[in-house]
Amino acid sequence: MKILIIGGGKTLYFLSRNFTAKGYELVIVNRDREECVQLARQLSATVVCGDGSDAGILRDAGAMGAEAVLAVTPRDQDNLVICQLASLQFGVPRVLALANDPENAEIFDKLGVSAFSTTHIISSLIEQRAALEQITNLLPVGEGRVNVTEILLGPDSPVAGKFLKDITLPENALVAVVIRNDRPIVPRGASQLLADDRLVLITLPENHGPVLKIFTGEEK
Amino acid sequence: MKNSLYIVIIGCGRLGSHLAARLSRAGHSLVVIDREEDTFSDLSPDFSGFRITGDATQISVLKSAKLKQADILFAVTHEDNVNLMAAQIARRIFNVPCVMARVFDPKREEVYARMGIGTVCPTSVAAEIFLRAADSAPAPQEEIQS
Repeated sequence: MKILIIGGGKTLYFLSRNFTAKGYELVIVNRDREECVQLARQLSATVVCGDGSDAGILRDAGAMGAEAVLAVTPRDQDNLVICQLASLQFGVPRVLALANDPENAEIFDKLGVSAFSTTHIISSLIEQRAALEQITNLLPVGEGRVNVTEILLGPDSPVAGKFLKDITLPENALVAVVIRNDRPIVPRGASQLLADDRLVLITLPENHGPVLKIFTGEEK
Repeated sequence: MKNSLYIVIIGCGRLGSHLAARLSRAGHSLVVIDREEDTFSDLSPDFSGFRITGDATQISVLKSAKLKQADILFAVTHEDNVNLMAAQIARRIFNVPCVMARVFDPKREEVYARMGIGTVCPTSVAAEIFLRAADSAPAPQEEIQS
């Protein structure tokens, strides 16, 4: 898989290191000549020096055959234009823009460009993690639109001893796995939940709070 | 001039301040946005509109300019990408009926013109004029005789 990544700084460096380690073919576009030299030394990626929102530079970087373009510059306007050029001009099937201003994440979506905001992701992570002690792990996936949460059922949980089929969950929520004595079980309606079970829940940010309340009894 | 229009101009450089002064003098309501406050000193004394200091790629700044009520938006900063982003937000999110962006890069302009965003490319416009001048220049003399 060939990926184009446009940007600089630590974000770009560590993302690139991650991608090359996974064996992706990587092309980096960066405006700063000196940083380009450094990146080329440190990473096994092709580095193109120039403005990523210039169609000529994108072509030189091989946008035509790329499967994904990731724009992570510190300037939202550049990230938007890079992604739009990549998809409209070069037909790149998957483009993703960093929205430095969290309000721009929604705007970019409305303008037809998938976007993510690290501010959004980190703040929701902190809020949700801080909300409940029983949460032992939390992972936002799907650009932060889905949460995977691991919780521990305490002895005073309102669902301890209940069968899954008797627990009414809001729409778009799921108990994916029950871990009992270190053994994972994919539960069915007839499965019983017990105190000390660890549950892996799939929720959406909208129903995350209410779902946790059902399992822990605590007000978020 | 006919009815007074509500016009928002992004970028108060040479072009922005010129447009703002002309349109303001013609009796329209103007709001000018620029990231740097100093640039407002380029506005002529007969400009009677509002000035907003802020980054036009932030929706909160565009909201404070009451873009929803605007009849026209001109995005004329020195950065193509700022102009293109602001123009798209104005058109698609605030439904401003007339939106124009200045785009220096002809390749970029082409893509957005196809998307239905009104664009002006000074590079292409100037090139056309120069080329026309070259075409209509007097033919070279065949032989120079001394």
